[in-house]
Amino acid sequence: MPIVYPTKIEMPALDPVERRETWDEVAVGYTVERALAEARRCVQCQDPVCEQGCPVGVPIRAFVRRVALGDFEGAAALIRTKNVLPAICGRVCPVEHQCEARCSVRGRFDPVGVGRLERFVADWERANRANGGAPAVAPRPEKIAIVGSGPAGLTAASDLVQLGYQVTVYEALHAIGGVLRYGIPEFRLPKAIVDEDVERLRALGVDFETNVIIGKTVTIDELLGDLGYAAVFVGTGAGSPKFMNVPGENLKGVYSANEYLTRVNLMRAYSFPEYDTPVKRPTRAAVIGAGDTAMDAARVSIRLGAKETHVVYRRTQAEMGARAEDFKRCGEEGAIFDWLTAPVRFLGDDNGCVRAMECIRMELGEPDESGRRRPVPVEGSEFTMEANLVVIALGTNPNPLIPLTTEGLETNAHGCVVVDPETGRTSREGVYAGGDIATGAATVILAMGAGRRAATAIDEYVRSRAAAAA
Amino acid sequence: MATILERRELTPVTKLFVVRAPLVARNARPGQFVIVRVDEHGERVPISLTDFDPEAGTVTLVVQEVGKTSGLICRLEEGEEMLDLAGPLGQPAPLPDTGHAVLVGGGFGAGAVHPIARELRRRGVRVTSIVGARTAELLILRELLEPESDEYLPCTDDGSLGFKGFTAQLLGQMLDEGAGFTVCYAIGPMAMMRAVAETTRPYRVKTLVSLDPIMLDGTGMCGACRVSIGGETKFACVDGPFFEAHAVDFDQAVVRSKMYVDEERLAVELAAAGR
Ligand SMILES: Cc1cc2nc3c(=O)[nH]c(=O)nc-3n(C[C@H](O)[C@H](O)[C@H](O)COP(=O)(O)OP(=O)(O)OC[C@H]3O[C@@H](n4cnc5c(N)ncnc54)[C@H](O)[C@@H]3O)c2cc1C
Ligand SMILES: Cc1cc2nc3c(=O)[nH]c(=O)nc-3n(C[C@H](O)[C@H](O)[C@H](O)COP(=O)(O)OP(=O)(O)OC[C@H]3O[C@@H](n4cnc5c(N)ncnc54)[C@H](O)[C@@H]3O)c2cc1C
Ligand code: SF4
Ligand code: SF4
Ligand code: FES
Repeated sequence: MPIVYPTKIEMPALDPVERRETWDEVAVGYTVERALAEARRCVQCQDPVCEQGCPVGVPIRAFVRRVALGDFEGAAALIRTKNVLPAICGRVCPVEHQCEARCSVRGRFDPVGVGRLERFVADWERANRANGGAPAVAPRPEKIAIVGSGPAGLTAASDLVQLGYQVTVYEALHAIGGVLRYGIPEFRLPKAIVDEDVERLRALGVDFETNVIIGKTVTIDELLGDLGYAAVFVGTGAGSPKFMNVPGENLKGVYSANEYLTRVNLMRAYSFPEYDTPVKRPTRAAVIGAGDTAMDAARVSIRLGAKETHVVYRRTQAEMGARAEDFKRCGEEGAIFDWLTAPVRFLGDDNGCVRAMECIRMELGEPDESGRRRPVPVEGSEFTMEANLVVIALGTNPNPLIPLTTEGLETNAHGCVVVDPETGRTSREGVYAGGDIATGAATVILAMGAGRRAATAIDEYVRSRAAAAA
Repeated sequence: MATILERRELTPVTKLFVVRAPLVARNARPGQFVIVRVDEHGERVPISLTDFDPEAGTVTLVVQEVGKTSGLICRLEEGEEMLDLAGPLGQPAPLPDTGHAVLVGGGFGAGAVHPIARELRRRGVRVTSIVGARTAELLILRELLEPESDEYLPCTDDGSLGFKGFTAQLLGQMLDEGAGFTVCYAIGPMAMMRAVAETTRPYRVKTLVSLDPIMLDGTGMCGACRVSIGGETKFACVDGPFFEAHAVDFDQAVVRSKMYVDEERLAVELAAAGR
C-alpha cells in the first residue's frame, strides 16, 4: 500500500478579508501539481466504496487514477459518462455526505478530495476545450418538452438530445439554470460555468425557450396535445419560500432568501445602479436558518457591506444542513453563529423598516419525527437583536402551479409530485418528473440523477409507443 | 423577445404598445399581467394586459412613466423589441355571469379595466365604467373602453370633462342615489383603490382591487409581492393581483411600495444625467 498523505491537499482560496470586497470565486481550484498530489492519495481500493456514495455513480476510482497518471482528458471522459455538469457538482456537491463520506481512507486520514478533483478535471477540460461535440446520433422525430432549467431539466435535456430527440426546455425566468442561476452566488459558482454548460447543450441542439411559464403560458395538456410533444419532463424545483408567520414579517428589509439571492444573483443588484434592480444594503444583517441557502445569504450580506452578520438557528451546529466547506468559509468571513436561537417577532421603525428582532433561546428536547432533537423555547430567555436586514432561509416548498393546472397529476401531502423513483413516471401518462419538485428541496446531484433516470424512462416509453404504433 | 408593432402616445407620460406575443395572447384572461424586462441590465416589471388578441398573436400594454424602468419602456419605438416578456401571470379576475358591475380606472387602469369590461358584457353583465384623470387631455383610451361599457363616465379633477372630482366621489354619489351595483372592480393608483374601497364598504358592494406591490419574478418564487389580506399573507403575483378590497391592509401595502424610494430616485437622477 502506498504511503497516504494524512490530509487533503489544500485548495487555494482568496484571503477572507479580501473576500468581503469581491464577488469573485472564493475557492481558486487546484493547480496541476496539487491535483496530481491529491489524486495520488487515492489507494485505488479493490472495492471502491466511494462510488456507492455518489448518487449518479461517477466512476471515481477510475477517473482519479487517470488524474494521477496525468491523463486529464481521459478522466474527463470517464466523469462525463455519468455526470454532464461536473464543473458544477465538483463545486457544490455536499461531498462530506456523499462520495467522500464513504472513502475508505477516511477515519484514519482525510478522505480523498473527490469533489475537488472532479472540479479540477472539469475546469481543465473547459480550459483546454477537449471532448468537443458528442458523437452524432440518428435523429428521432419525437419532440420532448422539459419544464424547468435547473440541474434536473438540464440533465434530462442533455441525455435526450444525445439520444436523438428534438428537445425543448421551457423556463419561466429569463435565464437558464434554476437555482444554479438565481440561488447559488457567483463567489461559489461563477455564472460563466453555468453559461458554458448551457451553451454546450445548445450546441448539441437543445432549444431553450425562456419566459414561458408552463401552466400559465402553455399547459402540460397543450404540450402533449396541440403542440405535439411525445413526453414531458417536469423539473420545476421547490421554489416557493416558507415564511414564519410571526408579527412584523412584512416589514421593509425582511426578505425571503429566494428574493434576496435572486435580486443579487439573477438581477445583479450588487452592481446597482449599473444594473437596475435594487437591494437593501445591510449594516447589521440577520439570517434565519442554517442550510446552504442561509450560508449563501450571510456571505452575500457580508459582501453587501454588513458590519455584522448573524446566522440565527433554532438547533445547533450538529443539526445544520449546510455543506461543511461553506459553513467554514462563512465563519472565516466573519459571520457570527447564534445557535439555539429563534426569532419571535420583528420590530420596525417609524418608516416601516425592520430595525431589530425579538429572539428566544431554545434547548434541545426529545427527538421529533425527523429524528432530530426538537428545540424547545427556554422561558424568559427573550432578548432583542438589532438588524436592519433580515433574511428568512427556512426552506422552500414545491411550486403548486403545475399540479394545479395539470389534471390527474398526483401530489403528496407536501405538494411534491408523486413519482416512481426508478423512472420518474407520474400518475399522468407521458409526464415524468424529478428533482426538487418530486423530493422537496434536496441537492444538485440528486436532481441530476433524477433527470438522468427519467430520460432513460422517457426514451423507453417513446420507443415502445413508436413500436406499438408501427 | 417581443417586437413592438405599434406605439401610441396617449399622454406625454403614458404610452400604448401593441406587442407580438402569440403564446401570451393565446391563454390570457381578463385581469392578468405580464412581466417585462427592457435590456440586459433591466429590472423585471409587471404590466397589466390592456388587451390581447389570440388571432393576431398580440397583447396591448399601457405604460405610465413613473421611474427609470417605466421611462425606458416608454422610450421604445415601433419595430424595437422588449427583451423579455413573460405571462400571462396572476389569477384571472373573478367575474360573475349576472348583475351590474362598476369598473373604476385611473392612470394605466383606464386601459387595464378594458378586458374585464369586454368579458363581463359578453357574459351579459351590465357595465358602468368610471374613468378619472386630472384634466380632459389626460383622459386616456375612451375609444377602447366606451364601446365595451353600457355607461361610460369620465371624471376630471378640474371639471374639464364629465364629472368634476375624483372617481370615488362619483362612485359614492351614485351609490347614495341608489345605483344597484352588484360588484366593483378598481385598477389604478393605490390612493384611488383605497378611496374606492372606503366608498363601497358601507354599501357592502363586493369590491375587487388589483394590487400592484413591488414584484420580482412574478411566479411565486420570492415573496417580494406579499400583501396582507384579512390578516393573512398572500403573494399578489400568484394569489392575486385581485383581492377583496375590504380585507386589504392598505397601510402596509403603501409602506412596502416605498421600500426602494431612495434607490429609485438615484436611478432616475443618473438616467437623467445620461449615466
Ligand atoms: C441558495 C441555495 C443554495 C444551494 N446550495 C446547494 C449546494 O451547495 N449543493 C447542492 O447540492 N445543492 C444546493 N442547493 C439545492 C439545489 O440547488 C437544488 O436541490 C437543485 O437546484 C434542484 O434542482 P431542480 O432541477 O429540481 O430545480 P431548480 O434548480 O429549482 O430549477 C427549477 C427551474 O424550473 C423553473 N420553473 C418553475 N416552475 C416553472 C414552470 N411552471 N414553467 C417553467 N419553468 C418553471 C424555475 O424557474 C427554475 O429555473 C441550494 C439551493 C439554494 C436555494
Ligand atoms: C400586477 C401589476 C400590474 C401593473 N400594471 C401596470 C400597467 O399596466 N402599467 C403601468 O404603467 N404600470 C403598471 N404597474 C406598475 C409598474 O409595474 C411600476 O410602475 C413599475 O415597475 C415602476 O418601475 P420604475 O422603475 O419605472 O419606477 P420606480 O422608480 O422603480 O418606482 C416607482 C413606483 O413603482 C413601484 N415599483 C417599483 N418597482 C416595481 C416592481 N418591480 N414591481 C411593481 N411595482 C414597482 C414602486 O412602488 C414605486 O411606487 C403594475 C404593477 C403590478 C404589480
Ligand atoms: S458527482 Fe458529487 S457525489 Fe458524485 S463523485 Fe462527483 S462530487 Fe462526489
Ligand atoms: S474509496 Fe477513497 S481511496 Fe478508495 S477508490 Fe474511492 S476515493 Fe480512492
Ligand atoms: S413577485 Fe416573487 S413571489 Fe410574487
